Parts: sequence; structure tokens; C-alpha cells
Amino acid sequence: MPQESLPLLELCGISKSFGGVAALTDVDFTLQRGEVHGLVGENGAGKSTLMKIIAGVHAHYDGTMRLAGDPVRFRSARDARDAGIGMVHQELSIVPNLSVAENVLLGVQPTNWMGLVDWRAMMRIAAEQLHELGIDIDPRTRVGSLPLGLQQMVELARVLFSGARIIILDEPTSALSPPEVERLFALLRRVRDSGRSIVFISHFLDDVLRVSDTITIFRNGRRIETAANSGIDKGWIIERMIGSGHEELQESYTGEIALGSPAEAKVVMRTQSISSPGAFQDVSLEICAGEVLGIYGFMGSGQLELARALFGKISLSAGQLFIDGVATVLHSTAQARRNGLAFVPESRRSMLFAQEPVYRNVSISILDRISWFWVKPTRERAIAELQINRLQIRPPLPDRKLATLSGGNQQKVALAKWLTHLPKVLLLSEPTRGMDVGAKDDVLQIVKSLRSQGIGVVVVSTEPETVLALADRILVMKRGRISQEFRNETVSKDRLLAAA
Amino acid sequence: MLAREWFQDQLRNIAPFATLLVLVILFSLSSSSFATLDNLANILQQISVTGIIAAGLTFVILCAEIDLGVASVANVAGILVAWLTMQDPSVHIANFPMAGPIAILLAILLAGGLGLVTAFGLTIIGIPSFIMTLAMLQIGSGIGAMLVRGQIAYNVPDLVGVLGNGSIGPIPWIIIVAAVILLAAHITLTYTRFGRYVYMVGGNREAAEYSGINVRLILASVMVISAVCSGIAGMLGVAHFGSAQQDEFDTYLLDSISAVVVGGTSLFGGQGGIGNTIVGLLVLGVLNNGLDHVRIDSFLKILIRGIILLLALIINVYAQRVRSRQAKA
Repeated sequence: MPQESLPLLELCGISKSFGGVAALTDVDFTLQRGEVHGLVGENGAGKSTLMKIIAGVHAHYDGTMRLAGDPVRFRSARDARDAGIGMVHQELSIVPNLSVAENVLLGVQPTNWMGLVDWRAMMRIAAEQLHELGIDIDPRTRVGSLPLGLQQMVELARVLFSGARIIILDEPTSALSPPEVERLFALLRRVRDSGRSIVFISHFLDDVLRVSDTITIFRNGRRIETAANSGIDKGWIIERMIGSGHEELQESYTGEIALGSPAEAKVVMRTQSISSPGAFQDVSLEICAGEVLGIYGFMGSGQLELARALFGKISLSAGQLFIDGVATVLHSTAQARRNGLAFVPESRRSMLFAQEPVYRNVSISILDRISWFWVKPTRERAIAELQINRLQIRPPLPDRKLATLSGGNQQKVALAKWLTHLPKVLLLSEPTRGMDVGAKDDVLQIVKSLRSQGIGVVVVSTEPETVLALADRILVMKRGRISQEFRNETVSKDRLLAAA
Repeated sequence: MLAREWFQDQLRNIAPFATLLVLVILFSLSSSSFATLDNLANILQQISVTGIIAAGLTFVILCAEIDLGVASVANVAGILVAWLTMQDPSVHIANFPMAGPIAILLAILLAGGLGLVTAFGLTIIGIPSFIMTLAMLQIGSGIGAMLVRGQIAYNVPDLVGVLGNGSIGPIPWIIIVAAVILLAAHITLTYTRFGRYVYMVGGNREAAEYSGINVRLILASVMVISAVCSGIAGMLGVAHFGSAQQDEFDTYLLDSISAVVVGGTSLFGGQGGIGNTIVGLLVLGVLNNGLDHVRIDSFLKILIRGIILLLALIINVYAQRVRSRQAKA
């Protein structure tokens, strides 16, 4: 409970936009001493932007920030860190080749009188620090050899040791197994009880409800509501997160989804016990024409690598791949494309050409169909315009440089490049990551229309809502293997999570 | 688009052009012999061999790779074409005379073959181009050394002699050859599917791969193109200089890389082109030639060239940073 009356951190009227697109609009946010503050909202709702402002990553914004009553304005992440704000990102920033102790004391290694690193003191301090947090690992262990859950705790220990009073955790549980989550929560409660404050960002609402004292909900760059965590439930949160008029999405969060039972359709792609070392083992699956196959798993379960392997980006060490019944070995992505496969990776940065105009981004994967030798920009523009109208890409200008489009529109461009000559199988990795609700709805509609045109769609995701909202059939992956298949039945998010 | 944005966007194209203008004005004012038609022909002739090498190198740098073997490949191709031509008895080389066209063909094949080896190392084995072409630099020099064994050869096939050293009317053939090769390279990069792929692979290699482009084939092709251009430059260079000997192209490695980079083609790939390379060539040509006209300490010349290259690199990196900031926003 707060010992002083002033809140630890107080933000007032924060607005921030990127290239004319508002990411945050007039947001107030208050963090009390010794509380775990849950932050929820769809992707693109503004959670991360707000946290990056607090952590000094974004230096330019409108509004004011007060730390323990004093106005502050961080110019860099270093400023924020010096003021006692630490952030643990989803992608950990530990150094895997160094020991636990070196990571915990990164940048603040104790030195002896000669200015050399005092290894003995380092091990001792690190051991004490870890013990205090209730983490039982040998400080000499190489961090890279630890399971992800422990790596995360090492990073947390480092942030705490650097003197952070405010710790921001971005999606800390998405890659953790249930017992690891338990351990993390116990640790967070101890940190809270020592008077420090935690911001907990997650779209695992059950986790947020279990660990938070206060919950703030964001939607479309605005703070919708802040409430004490008593007497509220998931349904209440979801209603506020999604807003009205998105029944399909809302259902995927709460209800039981009845999976479709597609009529006997042609199998367009089939794998037989394929493996790739360190990624997935013994995966056998079938993809039918005109169905959406969802593959769900926690981060690191091998499903992202599986999608890459199906597109010829990762080679297989064992097993066979059949396309239209013909055994095929994919040596390159070019070969996969010629065989009628298409892939959209999870990160926009790795599928789009930011410096090129929209039309070139759209035409790139069909260039060999429309031009044998000379490029035909007029034809390319016409094709791009067609897709721009069909997918309602804004602004509707084929010559606009891609980088100037908003995230959701960029995602549509990434889809558009596969829609002129329809593939047999479309592999989508995290198709809705980083999108606001409206854009998510659009993607849902696009995928459904593709299915009705007879394309086999594979949706690979770590977001259960996405898989539930799209799939006719769901495979769940766990540690590189398929652990369960759901078909012809009703399934809920809880059952998916339980299988993963 | 705002004027400032446009300027930032075009920075890598504007800066080299402005540099060229400033240099031309400076030298014209300080020397009466600089701004003459004769001297223009001089400058163009001086940059022709570099221009042919730089045309091929532009493809490589657009793909965010580098070819350190260009000068060495040029040298060995020049040596081979002389080695395959009847030399004067006073030249003590155990050479192997052949008909001119065959000698030319074999020299080009050798250059292309060396390019293929580079391509194999880069795309199949996975050796970074910086290291791979460093090895090819040695290998090219090695083959050349084995052929001439410290001697100097003078005769080249007639065709090479004419193109390298002859003139049609007042215009030296070598300028025409360089112009034709640069033009062909420009057309390839701008108007063909292959050229588009080069820009896309350079702009975002991962995205190119996920779009189903055969990235390795494109990378292999640009290494071969670079080597073949170097080979042609080497043969014509030998005719132009009047002799074939070891280490005679050493300065062309830095010159050609400088030309491409000074012109504003991004070392990070995907931005720039032959137009930039031509401006870069002219900047270097005008600088070298102009410094001769204003009678400056010849040792200072080297330092000045270094400073110009450094400035170009700073602009190159700065332009890249401005762009990636735009991309993020």
C-alpha cells in the first residue's frame, strides 16, 4: 500500500503520433507505489507506445509525466533507467553466451583495486541477489543453456539489481509454461511487496486478472477505463477492449467456437513425419483446398519454423512433403512459389520493401508471370490498383512509398502480393499481430473470402484468439510436436491453452 | 511531399551532383586549361576503364555485397589476352598465340569463370563476399603472375587494340565502349525484371526471399556480371596503357568502389544506380584531372581524394539513417 500520498508515476494528457497516425490520444495513467498494474488492449491499442514513452524510448510526445511528484521528461532510455525505470521486453536482452552472474551485473561488474573484474565478488553478489528473489540457479551457468522462463527471471533480476523502482514487463507469460508462470507471479508479488511497482502488459487476460491489483484497458490509442481488480471478470474486460460490433472477434475471446466440418475436400498439401532439428519433430499434417487450418502454440513451440519449412525457407532433416500428391523437396522459396505456395511472415519488416512504391511490393511475386524480360510498370500499377480497391488499402495510391502507409495497410499490401495469381496454399504467420481491431476484422474477411475461393489457408499463431476466429480445424503444437487436433467440435481458448 | 522530406529523400542523389558542380566551377575558375573540350575528352578517357569496372560493381553494391576482386580480375584478363597473342621475340614469355577473337573469348571466359567461383563461394558455401572476393583478389593476381612471370607483354588482338587505343574521328573508342556498357547496365537495372530483382534483393533480402525470388541466383549473377565487366575493362586497359604486366590495375579497385559510393549508391543496398555511378565517376575524374591543372603538391592529391571519399561515406550513411527513420515512423 502506498506510504506517501503521491503516486509513483503520473502521466497526464499524453498524445503521440507516428507520421500523422495517432498512436495515443490524450491518455492519463497513474501508477501507485507497490502495485501490479495490468495493461490490456488489442495490438495497436497503444499499450507499448505508452510504455516506450515511460521507458524513454520515444522522447517526443505531448503531455506531462511526473515521477514521485516531480515533472520529468526522458530524452533517452538511459535517462529513464537512471530514474529507476526498467523494462523487460518480450524479446529478452540477455547475453546468452555469458554466465548468469555476468548478466545480472551487466555493466556494473564489481572491480578490484587493479580495475579488473572481481569474479569472486561478482558470483557472490549475483548469488545473493538471486536468492533474495527466490531464484535458485547457479550464477556460473551460461544463460543460453537455461529454459526461457529462467532466462526471463535472470533479466528481471538484472533490471531489479540496476535499481529499478518501476518495472515494465511486456508479455512476460506468452512463452512460459504454467508452472513457470506460477513462479514468475510469486516473484512479482515479492517485488511488489518490497514497495516497487510493476506494469504488466499481456493479452493473456487470465494472467492479468490473477496478478494485477489494478487494470487499465486501452482501445485505439485511448485509455478506456482503469479499475481495481475486484469484481471484474474477463467478459467485462473484453467488452471494453474490443468495443461493440465485432462479434466474431469477441466470441473468439470468450465463447465456445464450433469448428466447421468441411465437406470432403481435395488434399493440396500433406506432410509425413517431417522434422527440422531444434525446431519441430515428426509433424504430419494435411491441408485441404478451401479450408483454414489453424496451428497454435506458445512462442518457441516450433510452429513458426514449421510454416517456414513448408515454404522451403528451412530445410527438412527427415520426412516427406507432398504437393498435390507429388512428393516434393523444396530447395528454395522460389521453388515453393512455383509450386503454388505463398507465405506471409509474422514481421512486416521481413516481407515488404519499405523504400519501394506500393505497386512494386504488390507485383514482386508475380513479376515473372507478367514480364519475361522487360518490366511493365503500367501493367503492375493496374494490378496494384485492382488489389488496392479490393483490399481497401489506404491511401489508394500505387506510387506511394510503402513506408508511408500505416501498419494495417502495410499488412494488406503483404497479403495483396499473393492475391493476383491465387496460390494453392497460403501460409500466414501471425497474420493479425500488431493490428488494431478494425484491421484485424479486415484480415478475417480477406482470409474467409480466400477460403471460399478454394485456397488452402494455414494460419500459424501464438495468439489463440486469431486461430479461433479463423480456423476450421486446429492443430496445437507443443515443444515442436503436434499435441492435439481439434475438428468437428466446439473449442474454447482455455482448451487450446491447456493443450499447448 | 514536403520540401524537406523530398530533400532528405534525394540527399544521396543531390550531394554527389552538387559536389561535381562545385568542383567544376572551382577548377574552371582557377585554371584556364581546365574547361576546354580537349580536357573534357581527357577526363572521359581517364575514367573509361574505371567506368566499365564500376558498371559491374554497381550491381554488386546494389545487392549490398562487395567485390574486392575487380582490379585483380581486370589485370588477369588483360594479361591472358596478351599471353594468347603473338608477342615480340624480345618479350621472354612462353606464350600461346591464338586467333584474336578466340583470345578475347578465352579472356572473357576466364573473368566470368572467376566470377562463377566467387558466386559459388558466396551463395553455395556461404562465405561473406568481403572475404570471398579478397581471396579471389589473390587468386587473380596469382594466375596473372604465373602467366607473365615478371615480364611485360605489349601486343594485344587487333580488336582490343582498336577499342582500347583507337579513335573514331575525334572520339576515342574506349569512351564509346564505356558509355555503351554503362548504358546497357542502366537499362538492365531500370527496365528489366532482373534489374528489379537486384534492387529488391538489395532493399530487403529477407523480403525478397519470402516473395519467392531466387535470391542466390541473383547474387550469383551480379558477381559474374561484375567479373565480366572487369575482364572487359582489363583487356581494353592493357591496350590503352600499351602493356600488360602484373599489378598494373591496383589503383582501380579503390577507384571503382569510390566511384560507385561517391555517386551515392547505398552500401546497404537497394538505393542508387548507374546514374549515380556516372556522377561518381565524373567527380573522381574531375578531381584527379583538375588537381593536375591547378598544380598542387601531388602528395596532397592523395589526401584530398581520401577526404572526398570520407565525405561521400558520411553522406551515404547519413542518407541511409534518414531513410530508415522515415521507414520506422
